[in-house]
Amino acid sequence: MADLVSNITAMAPEVFLVVTALVLLLVGAFGGRRMAGPVNLAIVVALIIAAGLALRDIPNGSLELFGGALVLDHLSTFGKFSALIASALSLWLAHGYLKTENRLSAEFGILVLFASLGMLIMVSANDLLSLYIGVEMQSLSLYVLAASNRDSLRSSESGLKYFVLGALSSGLLLYGASLIYGFSGSLRFEGIAAAATGSGSGSVGLIVGIVFLLCGLAFKISAVPFHMWTPDVYEGAPTPVTTFFSTAPKIAAMVLIARVLFGPFHHLVADWQQVVIALSVLSMCIGYLGAIMQTNIKRLMAYSSIANMGYALIAMASGTVQGLSGLLFYMGLYLITTLGIFACILAMRRSEGMVEQIDDLAGLSRAKPGLALALTALLFSVAGIPPLAGFFGKYFVFMAAVDANLTWLAILGAVASVVGAFVYLRLIKIVWFDEPAEPFVPASFAQISLAGVSALLMLPGAIWLLPALAKWSQIAAAAMFVHG
Amino acid sequence: MEIGLAHYLAVGAILFTIGIFGIFVNRKNVIIILMSVELILLSVNVNFVAFSAHLNDLAGQVFALFVLTVAAAEAAVGLAILVVYFRNRGDISVDHINLMKG
Repeated sequence: MADLVSNITAMAPEVFLVVTALVLLLVGAFGGRRMAGPVNLAIVVALIIAAGLALRDIPNGSLELFGGALVLDHLSTFGKFSALIASALSLWLAHGYLKTENRLSAEFGILVLFASLGMLIMVSANDLLSLYIGVEMQSLSLYVLAASNRDSLRSSESGLKYFVLGALSSGLLLYGASLIYGFSGSLRFEGIAAAATGSGSGSVGLIVGIVFLLCGLAFKISAVPFHMWTPDVYEGAPTPVTTFFSTAPKIAAMVLIARVLFGPFHHLVADWQQVVIALSVLSMCIGYLGAIMQTNIKRLMAYSSIANMGYALIAMASGTVQGLSGLLFYMGLYLITTLGIFACILAMRRSEGMVEQIDDLAGLSRAKPGLALALTALLFSVAGIPPLAGFFGKYFVFMAAVDANLTWLAILGAVASVVGAFVYLRLIKIVWFDEPAEPFVPASFAQISLAGVSALLMLPGAIWLLPALAKWSQIAAAAMFVHG
Repeated sequence: MEIGLAHYLAVGAILFTIGIFGIFVNRKNVIIILMSVELILLSVNVNFVAFSAHLNDLAGQVFALFVLTVAAAEAAVGLAILVVYFRNRGDISVDHINLMKG
C-alpha cells in the first residue's frame, strides 16, 4: 500500500493531468460553448504546472515505478518538461486562433491534454506495454485533432490520412514488439537487454523485431521513407494543430526511440546503427529536396521538420553518450525555433482569413518589420548560420558523428544543410526584397511574444541558453548510460 | 503432426502480410483499410498468445488483452473520422482522397 502511494506521488505530473482532464471534461460538457475558452486557458495553465511538477528532484537519479513498467530519470524529466511546455505554448497559440475563427471548443484543449499525457508515458516507458499504451494514447488524440475542423474537407482528409498511416505504423510497431517479446522472453527492457546481451550479436528474430519496432517509431517522427503523411497532414490540419504536431510529439517520440535503442538494445549498436543511418541520410536529402519546390508554407515546414529529424538521427546513429546529448540539445533548439516560426505563420492573416502561400509573405519587412526580423533570425538559425543558436545544435550533432567514426555522415549532413540554407534564404529574400503584398491584420499578443522570445533566444545575446541547455542534455543523456 | 510454435507464427505472419497488402493494394474503399488494420492487430495477437504459451509467461496474454482494447478505441476513432470525412466529401473511395498531393 505504501508502495502504491509512493508510486503515485512519484507520478505527480501525470496524476495531476488526469484529474484536471476529467474535471475539465465535465466542465466542458456541461458548460457548453460559454466555457470553451476558459477550459482551454485552464489547460494551458495545467500543462505549465505539470511541467513544473516534472522538474522535481529524483532520489538516486533513477526510480522504477509500478514494478518496472515506468521509469523516472533525468531523460524522462527532460522529455516531460519540453513536451509539456511545447504543448502548453501550442495550445496558447491555438486558443487565439480558434477564438478568431469562432470555433472555440473545450474538446480541443482536452485532446491536447490527453495527447500530452500519452507523451509523458512514452518518455518514461520502461517496457513494451507502456511503450505501446503511450504511443497509442498520443496518436489517437492526434488523429482527432488533425480532423478537428469538422466543416473543412481538407482537415478531415488530413485526419483520415493520418489515421490510416498511423494505424499501419502502430501495426508495424506491435508486430516488432511481439517478435522482441517472443525471442527475448520478456516485456521489460531489462529482461530484453539481458537476452540481447546473452545472445552475442543478437538472434535473427530479435533483429527483425527491432527493425519493425524502429519502422513503427520512424512514422511518428516522420523520418523518410515513412514520411508520406507529413506534408498532407501538416497542410490540411488547422495551423495551430500543425504547430503542435511538429513540436511536442516529435520530442516525445525521439526520446522514446533513444530509450529503446540505448536501453535494451545498447549492445546491438552495430545492428541498428545501419538502419538509423539509412533513415537519417534519406530524411535529410529528401526533406530538403522536397522543401525546394513547395509554395505552401505549411508544406515547406513539413519538409523542413523531416530534414531536421534527419539531423537528430545523425546524433542517434553515433550510439554514444555524446550523441544522445547532442540529440537532446538539437531537439531542444528545434522545439524553440519551430514554435517561433509557427507563431509567425499564425500571424499570416488578412481580413478575409488565414493565408498560407509563401508569396503572401512578400514585403513583410515593410509592413511589419518586427515580425520580419524575428522570422529572419529564426530562419537563419534553422539554416545553421554561425552566430545563431541553430549552428551550435548542428555542430554538436556533427561532432558526435565524427567522434563515432561517422565522418562521412557529418559531411553529408553539412552538404545537405547547404541545400537547406537555399530553402530558408529563399523565404528571407521574399520577406525582405519582394514587392509588398497586401498587409496582414495585427498579430495577437501570444504570436508576437512567442515569435519575439524564441527569436531572441536564438541570438548570440542569449548566451546563458546554450550552456544551460547543453548541460541539461548531458545530464539527461548520462541517465541512459549508468548501467552500460 | 503436432501444431507447434512455428505454425502459429506462420499464421501470424500470413495474416500480417494480408493486412499490409489490404492497405496498399486496395483502391476501392476506406472501410476495407479499417478491416485490414484490424487484421494486422489480430495477427499480432496470435503472435503474442503463441509466444506466451511457448514461454510459459502470462505477460504476453495480458499484452494481447491490451491490444484488443486499443483496437476497439482505434476503430471508434477511425470510423468517427471517416463519418466526418464522408459528410464533407460524400464519398469514401480511396482514389478520391487526393485533395492534397503527398
